[in-house]
Amino acid sequence: MAHIKIENLVKAYENRRKQRRKGDPVSVGEMIKVLDNINLEFADGEMVCILGPSGCGKSTMLKILAGFDTATSGRILVDGREVKEPTSDYIFVFQHSGLLPWMTVWQNVELGLRHMEDAAQKEAQIQEYIDMVELTNSEQHYPHQLSGGMQRRAELARALVVNPDMLIMDEPFTGLDFLTRMKMREEVVNMHEFIGKSILMVTHDIDDALVMADHIVVMGDNPTQVKMDRLLRFDRPRDVSTGELAEIRDEIYFMLGVSYVV
Amino acid sequence: MNNWRGAGWLLPASSFLIILLLWELVSRFSGWSSQVFPGPLRVLESIGEMLQDGTLLQHAAASLYRVTVGFYIAALLGIPLGILIGRVALAYRMLNPLIQFLRPISPLAWIPLAMLWFGIGDKPAIFLIFLASFFPIVVSTAVAVSAINPIYFQVAANFRLSRREVAFRVVIPAILPDVVTALRISVSIAWLVVVAAEMIAVQSGLGYLILDSRNALRMDYVMVGMIVIGLIGVLLDYVMKGLGRLESTAWARKSST
Ligand SMILES: Nc1ncnc2c1ncn2[C@@H]1O[C@H](COP(=O)(O)OP(=O)(O)OP(=O)(O)O)[C@@H](O)[C@H]1O
Ligand SMILES: [Mg+2]
Repeated sequence: MAHIKIENLVKAYENRRKQRRKGDPVSVGEMIKVLDNINLEFADGEMVCILGPSGCGKSTMLKILAGFDTATSGRILVDGREVKEPTSDYIFVFQHSGLLPWMTVWQNVELGLRHMEDAAQKEAQIQEYIDMVELTNSEQHYPHQLSGGMQRRAELARALVVNPDMLIMDEPFTGLDFLTRMKMREEVVNMHEFIGKSILMVTHDIDDALVMADHIVVMGDNPTQVKMDRLLRFDRPRDVSTGELAEIRDEIYFMLGVSYVV
Repeated sequence: MNNWRGAGWLLPASSFLIILLLWELVSRFSGWSSQVFPGPLRVLESIGEMLQDGTLLQHAAASLYRVTVGFYIAALLGIPLGILIGRVALAYRMLNPLIQFLRPISPLAWIPLAMLWFGIGDKPAIFLIFLASFFPIVVSTAVAVSAINPIYFQVAANFRLSRREVAFRVVIPAILPDVVTALRISVSIAWLVVVAAEMIAVQSGLGYLILDSRNALRMDYVMVGMIVIGLIGVLLDYVMKGLGRLESTAWARKSST
């Protein structure tokens, strides 16, 4: 279960510049708001995609949700309980690989199960998830011996094996080639439909969001506020080139101040 | 360059040969007596002598013993201290200035104090070796720890690793490759220092051999001492290099290439 409620969330950093520069919103020593009064609510089991310009605070928001960072004011509630510290109920999948490079795929996946008493069951479970992400026979490989897509899948296996209530993914497809990206998209959607867990995902790709999301959020910057907060109740597979989805796409492009027709 | 691979020893061997040849020529034609400038054959003979009566082995063993003990103590204290400084901001703020202040003081500058505190014998020499290797080990370890990608600590927090687990599953494996490199460098520094230390406080070791032979005007023995110091230095580095080939540091070598 993971019903998420973000209430009046504000995150500010101190402006540490030595001198005030032209264009700086505040002077030295004052606080710069990265997130300004964000309010969002996600139902349990939703696949949420978050879009927004670079540097607008998407990662910051996810890190507060995961308990890695704290809010300046406001709070995030998951099932009514305020998030205060990391827990293995919500697993974070990192923007760049979060696999521990000195551990093999097997050891990485084992991380969340290390306290399990029944060794045989533990082994079976690790194998099951490694097989699920199609990394059979790569168990003893180190992350640097895997391709980018395999690394993401290994990280997904490590996250899913602990049976978390929620996956928090920060640009999980960045740096993947086109084909791998398309496959990963499909895999994540299938996985979501199969396990029914909440997934919060930041992406830079508008099509990723339109194809995958049950719930789409667009953020703007300076300071960051929610510009679009919308449910997408469309069947999959989806065609984003026509109909209502195409209209939403145009709207988002417009919101982000870019055009896809050059 | 490919043609050279098969005979990789040829180039270095030829440079040694040239030096030997020059050495022989100078010793013959420079006009210096063989007392002052013994030739390679004479030195080879002396090596034979000293091997036979066991003095060479004795001196080499004495030096190696001091280096080993001083270096081990430095590593045993230096690595944990480095981890502490790298991990705990308070420890960094307290200790880093002190270490940065002490580090540039050559271990040789400590000789008078070392002799005063530890008297004559192995102890002052070991203390100097310790000083020579301790600071590089502490500093490199601390730098390695603070360079660990914070993502790994977030992963650890996410999977609820205890402090102990963070130390053994994240910090130590992450810094191991850098620490091994630091150990390799500090062994060679320690080896440089032991010779100097032995010229003052002790009656054995390769440094003592050199000093004592000079006093006896046996330049051939001085040269034997130098040659053995070079050989053991190469050997030590080779052993430490082997340490860098450990399985547990393989990930760092491969991900950086
Ligand atoms: N520790 C910090 N100290 C000061 N400012 C910070 C810190 N961390 C992040 N910021 C600022 O917060 C803003 C948001 O950063 P964040 O990483 O959340 O952006 P993002 O939306 O994830 O961007 P991207 O899409 O490029 O990943 C940035 O402008 C950044 O400069
Ligand atoms: Mg980001």
